[in-house]
Amino acid sequence: MLGYAVRRLAALAATLAVAALVIFLVMEILPGDPAEVMLGLNAQPDTLAALRAQMGLDRPAPERFLTWVAAFLSGDLGISYTYDVPVSDLIAERMVVTLPLALMAILISTAIALPCGVLAARYRGRFADSFIMGVAQLGVAVPNFWFAILLILLFAVTLGWTGAGGFPGFEDGILPALGALLLPSIALALPQAAILARVTRSAVVEVLGEDYIRTARAKGLSGGAVLWRHAVRNALAAPLTIMGLQFSFLLAGTVIIENVFYLPGLGRLIFQAIAQRDLIVVKDVVVLLVALVITVNFIVDLLYAWTDPRLRKAGSDV
Amino acid sequence: MSEPQLLTAVPTRTPFRRRAIRHPGFVLGGAISLLVLLTAILSLFWTPYPVTELNIAAKLRPFSTTYLLGTDHFGRDILSMLMVGAGNSVLVGIVAVGLGVGVGAPLGLLAAMRPGLISEAVMRASDLAFAFPALLTAVMITAIYGPGTVNSIIAIGIFNVPVFARLTRGVSLSIWQMEYVSAARATGVPPLQIALRHMLPNIASPLIVQATIQFALAILAEAGLSYLGLGTQPPQPSWGKMLHEAQTMLYFAPMLAILPGASIAVTVLGLNLLGDGLRDLLDPKLRGGSKRRLSST
Amino acid sequence: MKSKLVAAAFLAATFGIAGTAAAKDTLTLGIGLEPPHLDPTAGAAAAIDEVVYANVFEGLTRIGSDGAVLPALASSWTVSDDGLSYRFTLRDGVAFHDGTSFDSADVLFSLNRAMAEDSTNAQKGLFEPIATVAAPDAKTVVITLKRPTGHFLFNLGWGDAVMVAPESTENNKSAPVGTGPFSFKRWAKGAEISLSRNDAYWGEKAKLSSVSFKIMPDAAASAAALMSGDVDVFPNFGAPELLEQFRADPRFEVMVGTTEGETILSMNHANKALSDIRVRRAISHAIDRQAIIDGAMFGSGTPIGSHFAPHHPAYVDLTGMYPHDPAKAKALLAEAGYANGLKLRLTLPPPSYARRGGEVVAAQLAAVGIQTEIIPVEWAQWLERVFKTTDYDLTIVSHTEPFDIGIYARDKYYFNYTSDRFNKVYADLTEAVEPEKRNALIGEAQKILAEDAVNGFLFELAQNGVWRKGIKGLWANRPVQANDVTGAYWE
Repeated sequence: MLGYAVRRLAALAATLAVAALVIFLVMEILPGDPAEVMLGLNAQPDTLAALRAQMGLDRPAPERFLTWVAAFLSGDLGISYTYDVPVSDLIAERMVVTLPLALMAILISTAIALPCGVLAARYRGRFADSFIMGVAQLGVAVPNFWFAILLILLFAVTLGWTGAGGFPGFEDGILPALGALLLPSIALALPQAAILARVTRSAVVEVLGEDYIRTARAKGLSGGAVLWRHAVRNALAAPLTIMGLQFSFLLAGTVIIENVFYLPGLGRLIFQAIAQRDLIVVKDVVVLLVALVITVNFIVDLLYAWTDPRLRKAGSDV
Repeated sequence: MSEPQLLTAVPTRTPFRRRAIRHPGFVLGGAISLLVLLTAILSLFWTPYPVTELNIAAKLRPFSTTYLLGTDHFGRDILSMLMVGAGNSVLVGIVAVGLGVGVGAPLGLLAAMRPGLISEAVMRASDLAFAFPALLTAVMITAIYGPGTVNSIIAIGIFNVPVFARLTRGVSLSIWQMEYVSAARATGVPPLQIALRHMLPNIASPLIVQATIQFALAILAEAGLSYLGLGTQPPQPSWGKMLHEAQTMLYFAPMLAILPGASIAVTVLGLNLLGDGLRDLLDPKLRGGSKRRLSST
Repeated sequence: MKSKLVAAAFLAATFGIAGTAAAKDTLTLGIGLEPPHLDPTAGAAAAIDEVVYANVFEGLTRIGSDGAVLPALASSWTVSDDGLSYRFTLRDGVAFHDGTSFDSADVLFSLNRAMAEDSTNAQKGLFEPIATVAAPDAKTVVITLKRPTGHFLFNLGWGDAVMVAPESTENNKSAPVGTGPFSFKRWAKGAEISLSRNDAYWGEKAKLSSVSFKIMPDAAASAAALMSGDVDVFPNFGAPELLEQFRADPRFEVMVGTTEGETILSMNHANKALSDIRVRRAISHAIDRQAIIDGAMFGSGTPIGSHFAPHHPAYVDLTGMYPHDPAKAKALLAEAGYANGLKLRLTLPPPSYARRGGEVVAAQLAAVGIQTEIIPVEWAQWLERVFKTTDYDLTIVSHTEPFDIGIYARDKYYFNYTSDRFNKVYADLTEAVEPEKRNALIGEAQKILAEDAVNGFLFELAQNGVWRKGIKGLWANRPVQANDVTGAYWE
């Protein structure tokens, strides 16, 4: 198990290093000079040259790559070209929006999906099952940004209960801030909930067919007790794994949902940074996201291996 | 045909067609998919109004007999735009999935047949691809090469390559080690022939099921990119772009946002139902196999 | 009885609140673009000036709401007869927000910094005519020019020419220190920039105690923010399609003002087809300005026939020179040898006037046989491809600098247009000082551009302000890219 973990960890570091190189190269071929974007229409050539030198853009690419990686590893993420503040501050500022958003989405998705999935499994083949699975099928098909627009249409435009987007910040209190994140997190949660409900259902159905459940039933335990005390607990591994995998969906989802609701989060930061050629921000944020995804997948892999001994040896194929 | 039907473990006593028409999900999904496909083909030859001509005098009309689904802010007929949008989505799906299967399946086969360095390289490369959030990478690709239908299809298709590579490798690995394949290898049948004659027919079913699902995901992804303004460009209409345009007009023309979104949702629903149905019909063992699908998208 | 008392107290409290609301002394403005930083002397982004111009930073002169040059940190000035020497008298008792005092040394520092070799000022051209800057005493500055420059005082009123202090320039990008009636308070990136009243201001103190600029890039979100009261004023509301709704709402006023934004279909004269004046005239005839204004801008905007703002006194109406006439356009194209059609690229930057306008223009050009390939780009790519390397055929962009007709005299500007006739007129204009002569030359310049059909002149952007009822003293027009809130108050 330890050997497996170490091997996976080495692969993880290698993947990350290659990913960093790929991102750097991609940024190199991105057309558009950041210095020019900063100075705008009437920039004079000497002004441009001065700014480029100031930004270190005049040095050769390999040198810039190594400088960037070294600085990154020492925790120095550099200074944003456009905002002229440390990138780490910028990320921290945006995380305050994106992190609660992602957490709320996971919470909502789990709160809906687990009971629904269990219920569907419990009443397998009956109306409740067909109904829940039908809704889940629909949930997977609805694009989250369209669902977001429908939510705006209903709650903001028609009913006028909420704003159509934007974020008041946490300075004016936590509740209004979380309130502004409610619709976005629901929009983000819906497809995830649909998937999670389906996985939960099939996991519970599978466990309900196992011998020990039948034994428990035979012993005279009530249906509900068997379901909750034994079946659900044993079926949780699969949904938990899925939740781990959904993490990267959620991160990608924030790019588009933050754009629909105009939330100043990480997803929007990176979208704007690409448009404004704030290359240092793009590089740093993408590497961080990739690192997050890889780490989460690594943990998921470990959990998998831990639950299934057969995988501990041949684990690299998972 | 003496080879074992590896993936169809259940004896197929009832003919496929009989079982298919009794499967409600398959029938509904197939009907929707067929309808979208026919609309897409029809839009190549005929739409009620031309979609590239603007008629600003007739802008933002409600539903009527002249304009069945009304007009947009440039006075274009919404029904015509939805039809052309269907064509656009079908095209995106075909090319993105074709790219994934065309490149991914051979790579997966190669990896299964040549364990060691090649296999390792293919698997590590797909690990790397999975580590990047797909939408983010698509945004970067379109930023570099410019937004547009072709570039967005490539950006989406690239992520289908590792999906199909992994799936193909996983399925064919077990077949490669089966006795009759080993026997063929031992008697000196060329690997390409083994791949085409023995392996391809056996991996076709899971590939078809996966392709249906990736088709739906490609349509969703393209709609997302077009919504962000990075996908299909005017004057070519697309569902995602129509949604984007409609967002500021929600207050007075909500239908402009509702219709294209519903088109996306119904199409994706149809494809998903079709995919699930196909999986049930082709291989009952894979039932509830959404686990694989998730981990690979 | 007790409940009555409670009710009375409640009512009083309610009215009390209403009372304080009437005396509201804070203002929240919505702006579409977030400034990259807040130093107007180190960036071209209009969004910087939209926050800090006149509010935080001041120059020697300033531009008023009607576009006139007004005294600011210089209380008065004299100009020598040859138009080469400007003598400015500085105001007394001016201090920067950090407490350091303002005198001629700061002027020397600011101008030299802007003119320096390694300066990152985006408008170095403004300072190019300056030969020397001298400070005979703490309250006097003498600027000597290389040649007479007609709008030099106007140029000193630009945001790029504001006064900064040597002690604080380092941090001006994130924490600007100026001399204005408001000082910088806080910047929540991606969300809001707030300013508070400078109680030590040299002039009339601001009536508002604090002002915040909320960054709302999206029209739908902006509309919702206005409706819910999160934002009081949107000086330049991005989505003309939503204005009707605010006109109908008694809580708001829609202020339609003018901007300096000439929105044009720029043509690359380096393209073989577009170098032919018949093709350019054909395009001018193919364009239906009113349809573009109605379709892309929902009726908001004024048609223009040359590169000049209609509200300017020297404006000449040339919109009749090329009436919308597809038949004539086709004939001209045939004459130029493009009877079988012509294919051109149409590169469009992000603003909706360009993207939506581009769709309309493409359809209008298609109607006369010109096929366009629409290429949407971000600003970064637009700058690179269109502006710098002129790798484009057609583009739509709004030139928002005030009085920028001089771009047509530039040697390597992105239109690749050169006209000796225009250059001659413009050279005369820069040295002309008399208003009458200037106006005649400006009219002549407009005519040359229209006759040459240099670009497709579409419309002047309107400034569509949505104001909550009761706010006064804001600018309805936009002679410079600024949101001057120094005189704003609630009625």
